Amino acid sequence: MTGGEGARKLIALGAIWAALLLAPYWMPPLGGYTALGTRVLVLGLAAMSVNFLLGFTGVLSFGHAAYFGLGAYGAGLALKFLAPSTPLSLICGMLVGGIAGAILGALIVRRRGVYFAMVTIAFGQVFYYIAFQWSSVTGGDDGLRGFSRRPLDFGAFSVDILSNAESFYYFVLFCFALAAAAMGFVLRSPFGRTMIAIRENERRARFLGIPVERHIWIAFTLSCFFIGFAGALYALLNNFADPKGLHYSQSGDFVIMAVMGGMRSFWGPLLGAAVFVILQDYLSSITVNWMSFIGLLFVFVVLFFPRGLLGAIRRKVQA
Amino acid sequence: MMLLEVVAATKHFGRLAAVRDVSLAVPQGELRAVIGPNGAGKTTFFNLISGLFPPTAGRVVFDGRDVTGMPAHARVKLGMARTFQITEIFPELSVRENVRVGAEVAAGFRLRPWISRAEGAELQRRIEETLSLAGLANKADRLVGELAHGDQRAAEIAMALALRPRLLLLDEPTAGMGDQETYEITQLIRGLHRDGKLTIVLIEHDMRVVFHLADRITVLDQGKLLAEGTPQEIAVNDAVQAAYLGKAA
Repeated sequence: MTGGEGARKLIALGAIWAALLLAPYWMPPLGGYTALGTRVLVLGLAAMSVNFLLGFTGVLSFGHAAYFGLGAYGAGLALKFLAPSTPLSLICGMLVGGIAGAILGALIVRRRGVYFAMVTIAFGQVFYYIAFQWSSVTGGDDGLRGFSRRPLDFGAFSVDILSNAESFYYFVLFCFALAAAAMGFVLRSPFGRTMIAIRENERRARFLGIPVERHIWIAFTLSCFFIGFAGALYALLNNFADPKGLHYSQSGDFVIMAVMGGMRSFWGPLLGAAVFVILQDYLSSITVNWMSFIGLLFVFVVLFFPRGLLGAIRRKVQA
Repeated sequence: MMLLEVVAATKHFGRLAAVRDVSLAVPQGELRAVIGPNGAGKTTFFNLISGLFPPTAGRVVFDGRDVTGMPAHARVKLGMARTFQITEIFPELSVRENVRVGAEVAAGFRLRPWISRAEGAELQRRIEETLSLAGLANKADRLVGELAHGDQRAAEIAMALALRPRLLLLDEPTAGMGDQETYEITQLIRGLHRDGKLTIVLIEHDMRVVFHLADRITVLDQGKLLAEGTPQEIAVNDAVQAAYLGKAA
């Protein structure tokens, strides 16, 4: 890596974090609102989790909404029945999503390509129908209600993240930063390099002594922990868990965010999520067919910017 | 002591017998060439040895251990490394990163969340050593996918060497190369073999390379073992002549 490239990366990283830290100040003048920023962070984290697999291990999961939704239900049920604690609910959500991913991942990772995608969809739909049918626990079609995020209690003082949108935004940003740091840490480790090796050339990876299935399983499981965490944050954001969050169309949205933003870059999916969420917010107030416009944009990006929006921006900066 | 023994290996694909009852024993430190006309089953034979798929019948023994049903990655751990006829590399990574993956696996770091400073320095030293051994030190930061064909082949050998193998399997190392590149790769392989620690089995079509490098030669034809011997013996073997000339005639 040349010094110029390193410096440019540092500047880009600084710009991203500055934009995220100051979002509650610059979003409202531009017609946004803080909760919209929170939504971008949560769905961005989910898309980054999908991309952890898609962009860095090279396997496409079309069922990650299942683990996202399990995280949401896990958090909601913990708040409702276990204890009124926000951190506990996040941990529960993450564990539920991650453990389900670890178990099902063991069955999924032997498949490749389109079969992998199909099996992930199938397992995802199983959870969707469970959430849909098991009304006594999950609230069924109406979703899980009757819980809300609790103030953060630090003993000497507590932070109200329920009614204060800014406080909640910064709480989510803190969680997002933790998860992103963990993800970046894994990707820079020797294990992360084996993920990229598998993406680049599975046969070569195997003949370099990497047990490919086991490594894909670990990557899958980690990614489910991350997206379970995102799902738990989503439940806190809405004070509600929805069976639609488990549906494969939600998985498709995550994939769209990742691919649109740029699946070969770490931050691409966050940008994709921002574009997706902001367009959805704006367009859905105008037309019920908002998804067709996002679909058009998606097709446009895939055709003209195969490296996604961030890839196109990066190329422009380097030129 | 035989490092590699293949005992009566047979591989069927459906009704086609690609390899039929082939045995081979390679002692520690030998450079063995496997030759034969197209379709002789050489690559299939390699795939049986390296574990891409198991044989239909027969056994593969590496360093006294039966590895017949062992997955490829586990054979690598025992000290087997290979290259492919069609170069298998990580095209979007730099040469150094390509080699690093192998070096980290060989060092037992593949599941490590981090490595210590001392381990990192040792790893770095080994990576640079492997790069200069393969003549790639001045191209280490280039993306492998952007290199010339000959350098890509050398990079693939470097990746295999980073595993610190005891047995190196090379599937047509000079495939698709011009004279100069062929010469350079031949010199590289000769250098690897010189101290006799590394056992090499290679498939090769270029007879200049084969007769220049090999201690012994195994000839396959239509999936069967046709002959085995020193280069001098093979050069005057009537059955081998017939198999090659028969194809040409």
